[in-house]
Amino acid sequence: MKARIFNPRGGVKPDSHKKESSESPIRHVPLPPRLAVLLIQGSQGSARTIVTVGDRVLKGQCIGEAEGADGTAIHAPTSGTVTEIGYYPMAHPSGLSSQAIVIEPDGEERWITYEPLDPATADRDELILRIQASGIVGMGGAVFPSHLKARSNIKTMIINGAECEPWITCDDRLMRERAANVVTGSAILALLTGARQTLIGIEDNKPEAIAAMRAAVRNMEPVTRKCPGAGKMNVVAVPTRYPTGERKQLIQVLTGVKIPPNERVTKYGTQCFNVATAHAVCRALLHGEPMVSRIVTVTGNVERPGNYEVLFGMSIADLLAFCGVKPDTTRVLMGGPMMGFALPSLDAPVIKGCNCLIAASNELFPPSAPEQPCIRCGDCVDVCPTGLQPFEMYWASRTKNLDSARRHHIFGCMECGCCAYVCPAHIPLVDYFRFARSEIRARDEEQKAADQARTRFEFRSLRLEREKSEKAARLAAKAAETRAKAAAGGNAALIADAVERARTQPPAQDNAEQDHQK
Amino acid sequence: MSSPHIRRPASVQRVMMTVLVALLPGIVVYVWQAGAGILVNLAIATATALASEALMLRLRKRPLWIALSDGSAIVTAWLIALILPSIVPWWLTMTGVLVAIVGAKHLYGGIGQNPFNPAMAAYCAVIVAYPALMSQWPSIDGVDFATQLHLILGGSREIDGITGATALDAMRTGLRNQNDVRSILGSGTGTFGFAGGRGWEWIAAGYLAGGLFLLVRRVITWHLPFGFIAGMGLMAGVFWLAAPNNFPSPLFHFASGGTMLAAFFIVTDPVTGTSSPLGKFIFAAGAGIIAWVIRTFGIYPDGIAFAVLLMNICVPLINHATQPVPVGQRKDSRP
Repeated sequence: MKARIFNPRGGVKPDSHKKESSESPIRHVPLPPRLAVLLIQGSQGSARTIVTVGDRVLKGQCIGEAEGADGTAIHAPTSGTVTEIGYYPMAHPSGLSSQAIVIEPDGEERWITYEPLDPATADRDELILRIQASGIVGMGGAVFPSHLKARSNIKTMIINGAECEPWITCDDRLMRERAANVVTGSAILALLTGARQTLIGIEDNKPEAIAAMRAAVRNMEPVTRKCPGAGKMNVVAVPTRYPTGERKQLIQVLTGVKIPPNERVTKYGTQCFNVATAHAVCRALLHGEPMVSRIVTVTGNVERPGNYEVLFGMSIADLLAFCGVKPDTTRVLMGGPMMGFALPSLDAPVIKGCNCLIAASNELFPPSAPEQPCIRCGDCVDVCPTGLQPFEMYWASRTKNLDSARRHHIFGCMECGCCAYVCPAHIPLVDYFRFARSEIRARDEEQKAADQARTRFEFRSLRLEREKSEKAARLAAKAAETRAKAAAGGNAALIADAVERARTQPPAQDNAEQDHQK
Repeated sequence: MSSPHIRRPASVQRVMMTVLVALLPGIVVYVWQAGAGILVNLAIATATALASEALMLRLRKRPLWIALSDGSAIVTAWLIALILPSIVPWWLTMTGVLVAIVGAKHLYGGIGQNPFNPAMAAYCAVIVAYPALMSQWPSIDGVDFATQLHLILGGSREIDGITGATALDAMRTGLRNQNDVRSILGSGTGTFGFAGGRGWEWIAAGYLAGGLFLLVRRVITWHLPFGFIAGMGLMAGVFWLAAPNNFPSPLFHFASGGTMLAAFFIVTDPVTGTSSPLGKFIFAAGAGIIAWVIRTFGIYPDGIAFAVLLMNICVPLINHATQPVPVGQRKDSRP
């Protein structure tokens, strides 16, 4: 069946630089002297440590259990001894540190055994629980807990093999070498989400991957054939264009459905999983292997660019050293050159979202020319995949006209960087947008706090006012009563009243009072 | 340093250089048809533009080299030289360029900040200040280079016999004298060619060729030139069809005066124009309509400069009304 392609607006076509790393098979990296597995692998889903220093652990043994319903577990990447639970830098632009469990490998790579689950017979909740317990998160870089996505009910499932960022080839190699597992994992996800059709989108600059995936879909294993949705699985070659691999973009290319930035994909009956996530689901359910490693593209200014099967927790510096990073490397990017970030510290361990490491030199990534004034040429408008007006957002951000920035949908921007990529005035547009968004958020917070304080104050004033008036009313009533009595019976009545009050006072209290006076 | 970490090899300088290259066919035809005097004017304008740009940058304490090398001042200078009569004295060209660079550009904050098209502001300033000099157009092949040089360098202006009415002027004067279009065109004064002004129509064709080059190189989009020509053509066409004796054809308007230069090089100025495709079309069409109105009912040799300035004023309004809706969003989410 020839699938229909819906061409979205905008986008750019940077030099792909895929060949540097895509032409050699996935290689294994020797066991490093120690592995530091971070308890926080992404912005969502953390784990709670369940081992102590000195514990012996097996490969795949759970060392951090999922924290709460959104949490994802972490596992020992190899067998060995827990030697330390301490703080390590995260692979994150902030440069913050997080707790990590450090394991010294014993070199034996002894696996713990988990029972495989048969997706055809096992309960849906059981399968989803296993996905959570296996620590599976979105492998495209967003690191969103997969069990949360697997729980959705959708019509069309998208499997993302687009890999639109330049330089990155880990999904390409994965699909070429392990297509059967990817397809099986996709079928299981289709079963869990109730999808009636599955579209696997791969950019047409990866013909080998497309061929391998098509063959895998044709020769699907019987176990997966039972999954509904697996029968309508289609590998679609999509035009090479950045940012087609962004999930809403890919959904648009494959289904024609345009999902606004502020709405969830499930509302439109779709959900998107990365091919590596599908692969991990297959390994976890059918082979009982939790996530302990991933394929990382190491490329750029290195002697041996390629794709490496890397255990989580290996230091990025060690990995780069193994790949022969060249001395004139100025910085290392994690992710692609369009949306990735420069690592603040190479001591950070490899995490689940680490799809690509690019050693950058000034030759490969020349520093940007100095910023010039915007001439409103509109190139940024032409390439914006969301249909925004980046230069209007830029003027608004620059002049701190935050209301105007918001009106121009600055929160609809996905920071794909197409605008900054084409800007002839070399304006770092995305930086301006990040700045304006943080300013708007800060202002909103401030506004909220001020509103709350005002409401509190107003209520307090109201309450004091009310109490005051109530008290005044009470006193006035009492005074009126006294006056009325005085008017009715003269002073004699008042005295009689006082005598009466004194007599009816409880004697015990009288005694206590007398005792006290003594 | 943050994402994206790669940049397309594009620059403002490259954009401006492409525009200059696109002006070359028109300039070559100009020299061929009307003599090399225009080159002297181009040189005077360029030197004045660069000097005044440097001076203003110095006064505003801005880095010199980035702005000087972006080429925008040279584009402004060339446009001014091309829209002034080719035998104006040197100081008039300089005055125009100074008005554009100092007044219309830098006093508003330099490149990217100016609300008015600098070349058009310059034209309006000098035509109001020196209407006589601005109406002395040389007849197309009647002036040799030595005479042109003599006039440009400020020699005595004995211009009888070497200047002639432009096609637009001749048409307007003829119509005012109750002649009909056909008899004006056939009056045999050597003013008219096959479509517009004799000789000038070829220069217009040169601008058209350069403009198509800009379209191919995607420096401009079709909305602006098409909008301008469509706006002017709509007005000219309606009136011509209604009263062909009293109104010249759209083709005459396209081939006369500054229509082609304006359509591809002047209304296409991104800084002073609108942003969205629809906005661009409205902006350019409005300029075309107003230009036709001024040409037909006004007293100036051409109405494009005023038309463009008037539309420059409308830019914020047009922008406000034509903001595009983001992908997948509802119409009411327009900024």
